[in-house]
Amino acid sequence: MSSSDFEHEVKLSLTVNGRRYTRTVEPRMLLADFLRHELGLTGTHVGCEHGVCGACTVQFDGEPARSCLTFAVQAQGHAISTVESLAGGPGKLSVLQEAFRECHGLQCGYCTPGILMTMQAYLAQHPDPTEAEVREALSGNLCRCTGYQHIVDAVLLAAKNLRAGAAA
Amino acid sequence: MKPAPFRYAAAQSLEHALALKAEAGEEARFLAGGQSLIPAMNFRLAQPAMLIDLNPLDDLDYITVDNGALRIGARTRYSRVEHCAEVARWQPLLAEVLPNIAHPQIRNRGTLCGNLSNADPASELPAVMLAAGARMHAHSAGGDRWIAAADFFINLFETALQPDEMLVEIELPALPARSGTCFIEVARRPGDYAMAGVAASLTLDANGRCGSASIALCNAGPTPMAAAAAAQLLIGGVLDAEAIAAAAAQAQEEVEPNGNVHCTADYQRHLAGVLTRRALTSAAARARQGTSA
Repeated sequence: MSSSDFEHEVKLSLTVNGRRYTRTVEPRMLLADFLRHELGLTGTHVGCEHGVCGACTVQFDGEPARSCLTFAVQAQGHAISTVESLAGGPGKLSVLQEAFRECHGLQCGYCTPGILMTMQAYLAQHPDPTEAEVREALSGNLCRCTGYQHIVDAVLLAAKNLRAGAAA
Repeated sequence: MKPAPFRYAAAQSLEHALALKAEAGEEARFLAGGQSLIPAMNFRLAQPAMLIDLNPLDDLDYITVDNGALRIGARTRYSRVEHCAEVARWQPLLAEVLPNIAHPQIRNRGTLCGNLSNADPASELPAVMLAAGARMHAHSAGGDRWIAAADFFINLFETALQPDEMLVEIELPALPARSGTCFIEVARRPGDYAMAGVAASLTLDANGRCGSASIALCNAGPTPMAAAAAAQLLIGGVLDAEAIAAAAAQAQEEVEPNGNVHCTADYQRHLAGVLTRRALTSAAARARQGTSA
């Protein structure tokens, strides 16, 4: 127990989208940058870098979190999911993604991965939200193109389709 | 921007974390959820030379209720407290404030003890600790001590914690019978910092008069602001509209808002009065119903 316990580099092992990775990183590396630069998972977008815009939202042990407000080393031994995990495979879309396509829920698409990772977890917990509840659930994600209406439409459609799928 | 370089230690135990802090002093910061510290580091407003990561300390992730008194550990995240039925039952003021603190993505990572150690007067939680009469349990390598919330918040982002100390847990005392509490705020959007917010806690005596009262406001000065004189006006009296209006007017005199990009200081002072009136009215109704929330 001494100052030698403080390290300049850390050997990091974690699971991303079900796959195990080990890398040596500087402790100051943000999880968002780790995903993009070390693993090449560029679906996670970096916007404001201070936790306001939500573009970098990933799921940390299944719960939405800002990857710009998390050091990669904090994910030691944990499981991260990114937007790349949502679709079942190449050319496929998840129910939520399909609803965004259907409702024109994106224009430039920069905010979309963060919104998908937020709302995928939200709908798993709240299968039948009202429009007002969807708007509140979206309040941690900024979109500068759509005015949100088509995003709200897409989330409500996804909720409906997910309920229908669960009932079938 | 990106954080400046720092050296990192993952704490292996509370004792390990405290020993590292004793050695490194002010050059090191504790890292819990990081939801205030990391943005400050991204802006390079904060450039700690070392971070001591508390995230591995699962034994500091707890909520215990003992005869209505609540204890919450240093690694306990907002979301866990927000969704805890025991908290809602025994400490409704805390349950009521939590959905107002930032967004779910932030609450999934941030911790209550981290928030309080940061001592941002714009944050809701410090005001709730004042109104609830909470105590802070500080540990260092040399021992531990309890600090009353009223003595904990010294100034803007400044607490009573010494450089070798860590806020290891908080304790909220049990609400007496015939109590009612309320938290209310005005913010531009859900999850934003409040332009003003009020936490109130009232207890009726056996005759239905006000036996005790506490009122605290957020974003109303350099620390969470206790409206002590306003609360004193209520003691011993009937909690009617007239008494509540007088206390609300007094609370307006006790705040020191600075104004910000979203609102002027005059508007914050106006809100302090309106929200104090609403919070007291609601808390009094809850106390009479015997349901604290």
